[in-house]
Amino acid sequence: MVDLNAGWRDIPRGGKIVEAGNAREYETGSWRAMRPVVDQEKCINCLQCWVFCPDASIIVENEEMVGFRYEYCKGCGICASICPVDAIEMVSEAEAESEAVGAASGSDRRPAKDE
Amino acid sequence: MSRFEAMDGNTATAEAMRQINPDVVAAYPITPQTSTVQTFSQFVADGEVDTEFIRVESEHSAMAACIGASSAGGRVMTATAANGLALMWEMVYIAASNRSPIVMPVVNRALSGPINIHCDHSDSMGARDAGWIQLYGENPQEAYDNCLQAVRIAEHEDVLLPVMTMYDGFITSHGLERVQIEDDEAVRDFIGPFKAHEPLLDIDNPVTYGPLDFYDFYMEHKRQQVEGMKHARRVIPEVAADFEKRFGRKYGFFEEHRLDDAELALVVLSSTAGTAKSVVDDLRSRGIKVGLLKPRVFRPFPAQELADALRDKAAIGVMDRSDSFGALGGPLFMELSAACKIHDVPAKIVDYVFGLGGRDTTPDQIESVVRDLADIADTGKIKQLVSYLGVRE
Repeated sequence: MVDLNAGWRDIPRGGKIVEAGNAREYETGSWRAMRPVVDQEKCINCLQCWVFCPDASIIVENEEMVGFRYEYCKGCGICASICPVDAIEMVSEAEAESEAVGAASGSDRRPAKDE
Repeated sequence: MSRFEAMDGNTATAEAMRQINPDVVAAYPITPQTSTVQTFSQFVADGEVDTEFIRVESEHSAMAACIGASSAGGRVMTATAANGLALMWEMVYIAASNRSPIVMPVVNRALSGPINIHCDHSDSMGARDAGWIQLYGENPQEAYDNCLQAVRIAEHEDVLLPVMTMYDGFITSHGLERVQIEDDEAVRDFIGPFKAHEPLLDIDNPVTYGPLDFYDFYMEHKRQQVEGMKHARRVIPEVAADFEKRFGRKYGFFEEHRLDDAELALVVLSSTAGTAKSVVDDLRSRGIKVGLLKPRVFRPFPAQELADALRDKAAIGVMDRSDSFGALGGPLFMELSAACKIHDVPAKIVDYVFGLGGRDTTPDQIESVVRDLADIADTGKIKQLVSYLGVRE
């Protein structure tokens, strides 16, 4: 990714992005107002949340839904809406941050380049 | 071999487009540009060019298609006038911002309203801050020559900016004059092959055009456009010098006519400069030391060069074929006044708005401007900063 402090001489002209596949470098979850929290007891791993998520914020490991990539989740709530067993709840981001909700149910780690 | 033909400006421009043989032309007809694209589309139909001609439903689509084709990696042209240019407005800025080296003849016509199809410069002057290089031509020959040079200027590695080439609606676009059309091969040799920069169709090197560009990078991209214009100030004379070497016709930032020893100077763009030259010759024969400066390049604005050419004049009369309502005067007057102030030219400068909506400008009217200039030079006083030539009181 281009250096955020790069001067005008050192960036591609015309706003072109000449490096492919760099969306993962751009964390778009910072302005979320609501965050999804999953209740693993209720989850049946149907993975509809993974199918419907407009970004790639549902983490699946070994065919099981294990949490959210909050650094890309914008809190749209589609996963909560589509969940057939109401296992996903949308909670206030402010509340979640103060209570560290979600830390238990998801991962804040940045995905590896080759993920 | 080059050949001489009787041609109007639109036909000469279509000839230039045939010789340029762009990969893509997307255009919509609008008076007085129509016969340019009509003639060119006949070349396409007859197989005389390899161009993909895109018939679009509006000028907005025309410029959008041009930007897409240019981003894909093609040499791209269109042509328009007045309200057509206005309709493509949003895309005009994007073409420059994306650094798409599109070439677009603009046949100057009054921008409505009330509705009018005749010549003035309100269309292209409104686009002077869009980021395009602007060349103005006096007659069909200059329309043809500017069109060819525009391709080289736009596509120069250090410039990569779109170029619009202007000539006067009906007066030049539909007026037959003698035009020297150069040999096809010689023109193609002058223009050279097209080199795409980071094209979308280079699938081995994927690239994104037109992404969201916020406060973190937008200003750097604007600064780059300024740099492109700075390079254009070097490249435009280089291209003109090569053009002169090959074809014998000389071009600069502007043309001077009996300006060297003149005390009074007229500054006027495009076809009216032709009339003004004959007025200058007539007045010179009566001992009045008047000369003419005809700007060719309006963007980038050659402020230093203009100031140097006008430095020793006593009075300068700018003639503006468009107005900037509520401003100090017409656009040419404002920019030239600023250039003279910044570069310490002591001359008095006045403005004459003329020819709006195709109003005829007579030699008598131009002579009256020179009489005013002589009075200003004598008295050191300006009676009227901005005058409207030929308007009924």
